[in-house]
Amino acid sequence: MSEAAQPDANRPTGSGAQTDEWAMIAALRNGEEAAFTALVNRYHATMIRLAMIYVSDRSVAEEVAQEAWMGILRSLDNFEGRSSLKTWMFRILTNRAKTRATREGRSIAFSDLWSIDQEPDEPVLEPERFLPSDHAQWPHHWATPPQSWAAVPEERMLSQETRALVQGAINTLPMSQRMVISLRDIAGWTSEEVCNVLNITESNQRVLLHRARAKVRRALERYLNEA
Amino acid sequence: MTTENPLTCKELADLVTEYLEGKLSPADQQRFEEHMDMCPPCRIYVDQINQTITLTGALKEDDIPVHIQDALLDAFRAWKRV
Ligand SMILES: [Zn+2]
Repeated sequence: MSEAAQPDANRPTGSGAQTDEWAMIAALRNGEEAAFTALVNRYHATMIRLAMIYVSDRSVAEEVAQEAWMGILRSLDNFEGRSSLKTWMFRILTNRAKTRATREGRSIAFSDLWSIDQEPDEPVLEPERFLPSDHAQWPHHWATPPQSWAAVPEERMLSQETRALVQGAINTLPMSQRMVISLRDIAGWTSEEVCNVLNITESNQRVLLHRARAKVRRALERYLNEA
Repeated sequence: MTTENPLTCKELADLVTEYLEGKLSPADQQRFEEHMDMCPPCRIYVDQINQTITLTGALKEDDIPVHIQDALLDAFRAWKRV
């Protein structure tokens, strides 16, 4: 039998992410502290971020995240892998956060939170960036085209100031847009994971992401193309 | 060969996320790419959206305070003993 045909317990089967996940679960069930610490480092800040959608302030969100870890440990032996570990963990987190919000008397209709109908239908670019629709030659082509950033020095692009600008632009987004861009582009989640945890449709998720990225680009444009 | 119904720049800007997410129909994807091929400002726009994604990705989540890490680790050790 050739080497390649041998089943090998150490060789990943299926997707890498799935293999990593089962290795992580086995390590946790074995009581390996390094595995737990890695998981906490990977997800705790995102848990607080998500909890803050539901509860009043950051200190409560931190408590909710800690409670969620306790809930995760208590249920870990029952985890069957019907969803990803990440999705499962964040469901525990959002359930805790909702319970806490109810106890705090914050009875927001959570489904409304994610409805894009709730948001003003703002254009992501100022309408005057484009020529009018009845323009003889170039209807809806650029009136004020974006200026390339190729001449921006790399050290400015990667500076602390630029980073603060991006963070500031994200902070001013409506909550739903801020959450989606944070999960997708900072935490690196897939659209499927975001939809599962936030319980929104893929097209809603995409609209929120689209608006968020366009506004952050616009903020960068103002900043990088000035002087 | 070009498609019958070319995109405008405004339409391209509206579709950029669907394009980057691979959600356009093959026909619309072709219209999108044909427009980019002939329109330098739209190439710049798509490139800037990609740079925006990269710069956002460089942001870091907050570090976890040591006392919270310790508290969680204590909980893990207690759980292990049960
Ligand atoms: Zn164009």
